[in-house]
Amino acid sequence: MSQQLPPKKPRTPKQIARNIAIALAVLALYIWTFVSINIDWGRVLDRFTSNYDVVLPQLFSPNWARAGEVVEMMIETIFIAYAGSLAAAILAVPLGFLAAINMTNNRFLTTFGKWILSGVRAFPEIILAILFVVAVGPTPFAGILAIAIGSTGMLGKLYAEVLESIDMNVVEAMQANGANKIQIMFHGIIPQVIPEFLSYAIYRFEIDVRASTILGYVGAGGIGTMIFFAYSNRNWNDMGMILLVIIIVVTIIDYASTYIRKKIV
Amino acid sequence: MANKMNKPTMNEDKYAPLLSPWRVKAKISLIFFVILFFLIYSSEQTGVNFADLIWGLSNMGQIFDKLFPLNFDVLGPAFDRLFETLHMAIIASTFSTLIVIPVSLLAAHNITSNWLVYNTTRLTMNVLRTIPDVVLAVIFVGIFGTGVFGGIVALFIFSLGILAKLISETIESIDMQPVEAMRASGANTIQAIAYGVAPQIMPQFTSFSLYVFEINVRASVVIGLVGAGGIGQLLMNQFSFNNYGAVMTIIIVIFAVVILIEYISGKIREAIL
Repeated sequence: MSQQLPPKKPRTPKQIARNIAIALAVLALYIWTFVSINIDWGRVLDRFTSNYDVVLPQLFSPNWARAGEVVEMMIETIFIAYAGSLAAAILAVPLGFLAAINMTNNRFLTTFGKWILSGVRAFPEIILAILFVVAVGPTPFAGILAIAIGSTGMLGKLYAEVLESIDMNVVEAMQANGANKIQIMFHGIIPQVIPEFLSYAIYRFEIDVRASTILGYVGAGGIGTMIFFAYSNRNWNDMGMILLVIIIVVTIIDYASTYIRKKIV
Repeated sequence: MANKMNKPTMNEDKYAPLLSPWRVKAKISLIFFVILFFLIYSSEQTGVNFADLIWGLSNMGQIFDKLFPLNFDVLGPAFDRLFETLHMAIIASTFSTLIVIPVSLLAAHNITSNWLVYNTTRLTMNVLRTIPDVVLAVIFVGIFGTGVFGGIVALFIFSLGILAKLISETIESIDMQPVEAMRASGANTIQAIAYGVAPQIMPQFTSFSLYVFEINVRASVVIGLVGAGGIGQLLMNQFSFNNYGAVMTIIIVIFAVVILIEYISGKIREAIL
């Protein structure tokens, strides 16, 4: 059968050497990983046999008595995500303009903007939440700040990409007709980017709802606080209820956001 | 819109209402007020007001007093734990990229013609994706005890959900003609997938695997907070001892490594695609 297959592209010795080098590097990475990771299999197995018939059945029989409380905290979570993403959607606009090369016409400024944005993106939300809990105390406000700063990185990058892809002919035509910068901004650029900006902001809200569910774990408000207590008390019935509410709410928000985004763009 | 205005047609009347400015303005104002209303309502519900914001900002000076000076004693253990985090991410990404191959084939409607199998796989993956990484970690740490193993399983499930969505969507967008031609000339399902589907999705598959590795590095930091091993666990310990200098040091280490890995992975992905 094998001779019926199409002939393979001939490889140059350089390519072969490169492939061998890559394969060796990957192999070394894996050997290093599997040698140095220390999993105490005895303990894992021991815990598993003693826990799985406790944890799993309890997880799948949610504690309905606390449903009201859980839903209330989930609503607070959504508020945190909403206020945070709205703040980010606004904060990201100037940064997006800064990081778009056709808006600044200045390689230095654009690189600077891109560096700020990727710097911000590197922080996981919950790490930011830790920083803000230290700064403003364990309140939902810390959560909002964490979400706002965390989302600005991604939104700013996406905004910059949208701005770089706009039709510059419109802008040039306006310039040629003597429009000033503000006129170009409001009549040439903003109408082109508004749908995408909105769509990305809504998409980010969807992610933020997911992200803000865990912020309470470090004290930044929302349903994460309940996750923390349920986990500390090994109360898996409560955890089941929390999980159920998160899954339902996140699914609804995903569908709603997909629907709205299809309408906008 | 502009084009339509330049070329009046017989149907112009049909579109005219859409262009009437007061309607557009009313719509935009309505949306604006709805957004504003929700903002005010949610600020009230979460107990945020501008006084808090000003107060918070003026306290930002204090944060630096708390977080600095950095505590460099923690650097040694931080690097040990950091490598543990990377190992967790590598193992979890490897297994999820392997397992995702059959799963994403089952969740692609152009490969799986069985309605029930397709929808069950899709639904399972959609539900998995809604569970936050920390919650998965909490559950698996609950089952397997604190340590690396629970963390790896949590990362595996977490990245499986993301990868399955990305890759099944890629499979759904491939050109089906080579596959059909192969089926017509007598290839079986495995052959059709190996020679018809796989070559078409290979670049995206590799790129998404690296992307999931990036996500896993970040997530493995986070799940450490609940006792699933790695640098996050160290961070949480120092945080609960109010040892803020060490917290800041660890955060800077995490920051540097995340940036480095994203840079490398980004370069590799650029080269592939």
